[in-house]
Amino acid sequence: MKFKANVKVMLKPSVLDPQGATLERALKSMGHDNVSSIRVGKLIELVLESPDAEGATKAANDWADRLLANPNMENYSLTLEPLK
Amino acid sequence: MSVRAAVVVFPGSNCDQDNVRSWKAVTGLEAELVWHKETSIPDYDLVIVPGGFSFGDYLRCGAIARFSPVMSEIVRLAKRGNLILGICNGFQILTEAGLLPGALNRNKNLKYLCLDVNLRVENARTAFTRDYSQGQVIRIPISHGEGGYSLRPAELRALNDSGRVVFRYCAPDGSVSPGDAPNGSLDNVAGIVSEGGNVLGMMPHPERLAEDELGGTDGRALFTSILRALNGGA
Amino acid sequence: MTDSPNPNPNLWRDHNLTKDEYDRILALMGRQPNYLELALFGVMWSEHCGYKNSKAQLRKLPTSGPQVLQGPGENAGVVYLGDGLAAAFKMESHNHPSAIEPYQGAATGVGGIIRDIFAMGARPVASLNSLRFGRVDDNRVKRLLSGVVAGIGGYGNCMGIPTVGGDVYFHPSYQGNPLVNALCLGLMKADRIYRGRAAGPGNLVMLVGARTGRDGIKGASFASEELSDQDRDKRPNVQVGDPFMEKLLMEATLEILEKDLVVGLQDLGAAGLTSSGAEMAGRAGSGLYMDLDLVPLREEGLLDWEIMLSESQERMLLVVEPAKADAISAVFDKWDLLAVAIGKVTDDGLFTLKRKDRVLASVPARLLTDEVPVYERPIAEPAYHRKAKAADLSPARDHGDWAGLLLKLLASPNLSSRRWVYEQYDHMVGLNTVIRPGGDAALLRLPGSRRGLALSSDCNSRYVYLDPRLGGAIAVAEAALNVAAVGAKPLALTNCLNFGNPENPEIYWQFVLATDGLAEAAKALGTPVTGGNVSFYNEYDGRAIFPTPTIGMIGVIEDIANRLTHHFKEPGHKIILVGESKEELGASEAHYLLTGRDEGPVPSLDLAVAARLNGFLVEAAKRSLLASAHDLAEGGLAVALAECCFDLGLGARLSLDDPISTAALLFGESQSRALISLPEANLPATLALLAESRLSHKAVGQVSPDGSLEIGHGREKLKANVSDLREAWSEALTRAAAL
Repeated sequence: MKFKANVKVMLKPSVLDPQGATLERALKSMGHDNVSSIRVGKLIELVLESPDAEGATKAANDWADRLLANPNMENYSLTLEPLK
Repeated sequence: MSVRAAVVVFPGSNCDQDNVRSWKAVTGLEAELVWHKETSIPDYDLVIVPGGFSFGDYLRCGAIARFSPVMSEIVRLAKRGNLILGICNGFQILTEAGLLPGALNRNKNLKYLCLDVNLRVENARTAFTRDYSQGQVIRIPISHGEGGYSLRPAELRALNDSGRVVFRYCAPDGSVSPGDAPNGSLDNVAGIVSEGGNVLGMMPHPERLAEDELGGTDGRALFTSILRALNGGA
Repeated sequence: MTDSPNPNPNLWRDHNLTKDEYDRILALMGRQPNYLELALFGVMWSEHCGYKNSKAQLRKLPTSGPQVLQGPGENAGVVYLGDGLAAAFKMESHNHPSAIEPYQGAATGVGGIIRDIFAMGARPVASLNSLRFGRVDDNRVKRLLSGVVAGIGGYGNCMGIPTVGGDVYFHPSYQGNPLVNALCLGLMKADRIYRGRAAGPGNLVMLVGARTGRDGIKGASFASEELSDQDRDKRPNVQVGDPFMEKLLMEATLEILEKDLVVGLQDLGAAGLTSSGAEMAGRAGSGLYMDLDLVPLREEGLLDWEIMLSESQERMLLVVEPAKADAISAVFDKWDLLAVAIGKVTDDGLFTLKRKDRVLASVPARLLTDEVPVYERPIAEPAYHRKAKAADLSPARDHGDWAGLLLKLLASPNLSSRRWVYEQYDHMVGLNTVIRPGGDAALLRLPGSRRGLALSSDCNSRYVYLDPRLGGAIAVAEAALNVAAVGAKPLALTNCLNFGNPENPEIYWQFVLATDGLAEAAKALGTPVTGGNVSFYNEYDGRAIFPTPTIGMIGVIEDIANRLTHHFKEPGHKIILVGESKEELGASEAHYLLTGRDEGPVPSLDLAVAARLNGFLVEAAKRSLLASAHDLAEGGLAVALAECCFDLGLGARLSLDDPISTAALLFGESQSRALISLPEANLPATLALLAESRLSHKAVGQVSPDGSLEIGHGREKLKANVSDLREAWSEALTRAAAL
């Protein structure tokens, strides 16, 4: 079976996010005072083959742990859906 | 006539002083620094938008800078026909601001690249290039992480057909093949002018090779061209 | 601050202190410190901040001279360059953070050293980076290499500070513990040096720049531990660098210094507010207090000790007369930065932390800075040292295929072109780079002056491992020779001393001897040490790195028009080999390449000869006698000669008759040698100067137009095609680094 995985990688809440902070300052300087808490992350899409959803989840988690995210500074969340 | 030149300074600009210095070294003239928060500026004959990282450029290069107050003044001057020169980050800002078509993407090897490249002068009739000769091969450095030029094919054709591609990455002998564009630019585009011919955007840094001591002088003719154009020279 | 009769034994361990150190604190304080106070001691008495294991050895180093305006102990050393200009420069390590998150670790290392430089009032104009990695054919190492190089570029390029040079070597000893040593240099007027002093009771203490978050907490004590695979949870939050913020901070800081609005300033590095506050008070002999309620935070709920130990980047501490505070705020407003008064200078000698009127901690500042215990650790000669000299050097000596060996050396990870690395660094921004990366030393022109400033970093750690004293001396001599080879007089040095665990007597033995050698060479060559950094505990799973006392050398040439570069300029120019070639194949790159073994006697060094060679090169450059000069280093004569040919694709023909093996002549690494080329017309004057300098030398050949490299030695001959050599040399690292 083929699955499509979306891995959303975000910096951990306590890690400085210069991109988010700069965007927030820029929006505020444009007069948008009602903006706050901008965080910038990455969305990684991939397709993988696996006999079942459980195996696919395990594999995708493993890849995210080892490569896609750096556990020293990033969290990730995974969503998985079967492809027809 | 005395030429009034300005270099715009965004908080993350870092080639602003370099342009002031090279403009002076080549033309003997001063250039004024203009802070990006200015809402009204004089009718400078030449405005240089310099290289650097205008606002850190974390989202897209130049994406935030285009909203700086000074940008509407630069658009005003561009519409008047005054000369606007965007170098590197300046080129990126001018495309984000809509003064020049297209966009600059990440280099094809995904790495920042700082090295001398060969450029072929594709149009030596512009106000920026008249002291070069048509087809001349010049050596100028690039220094960027996002310099791969892209544009929709039909527009790119139109740009090529109307002589608006001013510089192209090439081999030392002047031949052009995709491998000569270290950043992966479409059609090896390194610099383009606006339809009116008064706005030039280029990724390479002419101000970096304008003195012998720095290893080359191929950038000088860009500044002498501008001076001659502004002084009404043919 | 109540006394408790049975303190928890983990009390000191939590703060990386020993029982003895805890007792010393009790005695000094005359009472039991509370948790926060103990946390202050823990970081200030760590090796990283307090140099407790290295101080005794560092005292051996020469630190003064007429050119030294500021020696060690400040944010950076400062030397006089002439024409009213001075340079502030320093090198620092960021090894452990780079091992964990290579991009951010390297980037924040660069950011930290840049802040040290503009904290002295100097505008940073150049960076160098000295890097060491494990085997480049390992994918993990490739990722580290890519990440570190991208991080250095990402930060420096954005700041607009050119990265003009450095060095990169690969060796298995760095497999789990890479080295990232960053050097930054800034320029200032010689009469405008600022120092990190909290002087003037009643003056305000202002925190400027970024907000404080939970970044890198306990980074200082983390740097003072060995790495292993097990301790992921102990690791501090990785600091993330924001070069744009630092650019703003630099411009704003230089603007307030230009306007003379500041009494003293210091950047916040390891141990954050704790070390900057205590050090500023300690140096001025004053006290100061901070109100933690006033520290601008990035997130809610930071504990007292977290605020004090946070290593959030891009922050500075200023001491300001109250009347000037508004002017300071106006400048920081312009740059959209925070500037907040968080405390005041006092005259009670105490470093006091409060929240409003509630005192959280109060410690005499000098206990934190001046009463750090100083350890003379036991030393023991390692077993490897006794065996390593007796090496079988026949694989190189009897090799025979000299052209093949030269090609292999030029394509090896350690000797190939570093183009792949420095092309990722903006090395031209600022329009001062007169000699770009790839030469013996980088050369910058100085504003408003004909003078130029040369910079080089160097350390052959195999030499130091095999013979720490000699290796330490050679590191200094080599860096000085690099600088002299572009025509600049070596002036002063900074260092970054990277070693394993100093509590291991064999490691401490390396440290003591290497610093002995370093001190001897620095004295003999007239290049005082103006500051630097010690990085211990560079071990991974119990295995130490090669001892690596990296040297960053600067020098001055009076007129950049007289600069020398290493490449041959014209066919027909005469080539002279200056210096004596000896039967010294031990510890060579050639032996390592052929055997994979680090062994053999390290080449000998005569510091008097080294000094005379430097003097000759500087004088010959000044008199415009030479067309080129290149020092001989790893790979010896053959590699150096090939490098001289590459730029213009010229060739060279040499013929020598030294009574040593052909292998030693071609690839031996005898010290204090240089290859020079010159027009025939300058031969008499050059030979006279060589004689006057009492340097042995041989007119051995000439530059040829045909792109062929030939070295004859009796009946033996090395013959190779320069374009083949160049192809192998220039592309090797690009290929090796590709994942």
